Amino acid sequence: MSEVIVITSGKGGVGKTTSTANLGVGLAVQGKKVVLIDTDIGLRNLDVVLGLENRIVYDLVDVVEGNCRTKQALIKDKRFDGLYLLPAAQTKDKMAVNPEQMKKLCAELKKEFDYVIIDCPAGIEQGFKNAIAGADRAIVVTTPEISAVRDADRIIGLLEANDISDPKLIINRIRMDMVKRGDMMNVEDILDILAIGLIGIVPDDEEIIITTNRGEPTVNDPKSKAGQAYRNIVKRILGEQIPIMDLDKPTGIKGFIINLFNKKS
Amino acid sequence: MFDWSEIKKWFSKETSSKDVARDRLKLVLVHDRTCLSSELIEELKNEILIVISKYIEINQEEFDIHLSKNQEGDGNSMVHALVANIPIKSMKRIVHK
Ligand SMILES: Nc1ncnc2c1ncn2[C@@H]1O[C@H](COP(=O)(O)OP(=O)(O)OP(=O)(O)O)[C@@H](O)[C@H]1O
Ligand SMILES: [Mg+2]
Repeated sequence: MSEVIVITSGKGGVGKTTSTANLGVGLAVQGKKVVLIDTDIGLRNLDVVLGLENRIVYDLVDVVEGNCRTKQALIKDKRFDGLYLLPAAQTKDKMAVNPEQMKKLCAELKKEFDYVIIDCPAGIEQGFKNAIAGADRAIVVTTPEISAVRDADRIIGLLEANDISDPKLIINRIRMDMVKRGDMMNVEDILDILAIGLIGIVPDDEEIIITTNRGEPTVNDPKSKAGQAYRNIVKRILGEQIPIMDLDKPTGIKGFIINLFNKKS
Repeated sequence: MFDWSEIKKWFSKETSSKDVARDRLKLVLVHDRTCLSSELIEELKNEILIVISKYIEINQEEFDIHLSKNQEGDGNSMVHALVANIPIKSMKRIVHK
């Protein structure tokens, strides 16, 4: 059964595009047919995060205006079988697309793909309304900061008002050193406040920036914690029960050795 | 294991910044969720004043109403409450007819 999932947040810069790219690649690696739609018209970014910026011919606005067929605008990612991108328009106005058109487009893509994942722009205006119009469910991204959590709360209210019930939360950019010092809200604090289900936590990880520099999503990086975090979220989207990761545990070779010693002690 | 930040916290009375953030957030969300802005609370206050004044003579200057968080019965969790402080000048004699 196909699903349309919108990745949204309210506040900008909390990791929607990063999450969309990583979850999309992760789902494709798991053998799913996935299309990612960038609805951030005027500020498109999903193309560069995915490393597909040189292959854009048509965009979302071309599709809804009928300048091309939907298939023509989809960019096939040659590295990951089954992964496609529908880029946002960069030079057009965000009013060029309306929620009705998005609903129609999502319904059309659902016939071809297992997952349609929508990267939502920041804010609660037209772009947000477009992004959620065709969605079956939503993932809300926040960071452990007061302003991001407040905006997430507002978004959760708006999703519910638009009949997208039971949204799931990603808490991104957690810094365990700060959490331990009592200088960053922890997972429990945030869940207590927002009162929604958690689908994953992602540590603040410089690998995100390094892999994004190269246009390669982190989800395929076996050494990085953020990559592991996204792989876990992918499995939860697919319905597996995976415990929330312990961000204190080191990963990779170093982690392997440390965990070996810890087990003995 | 020994955690330096825990020990430091023991010696200082300062609340951790994340607790401050959490409490501020909880309060601001009560306003956001109920759409009760400060102006609306002021309106609410004025209406309550009119109703109460029918029965009791109150000290209008010191009449105060605000949203606040209180400890719940179990002492662990906080609940939000609309708290009113209404100093009474004198009870009016209500004549039942
Ligand atoms: N877990 C993380 N660790 C480190 N850096 C991160 C992490 N997640 C995101 N970032 C960085 O934060 C920045 C913002 O991320 P991103 O573009 O995904 O956010 P966004 O919510 O899509 O922003 P916008 O609202 O502008 O669309 C990027 O530079 C990204 O590399
Ligand atoms: Mg973005």
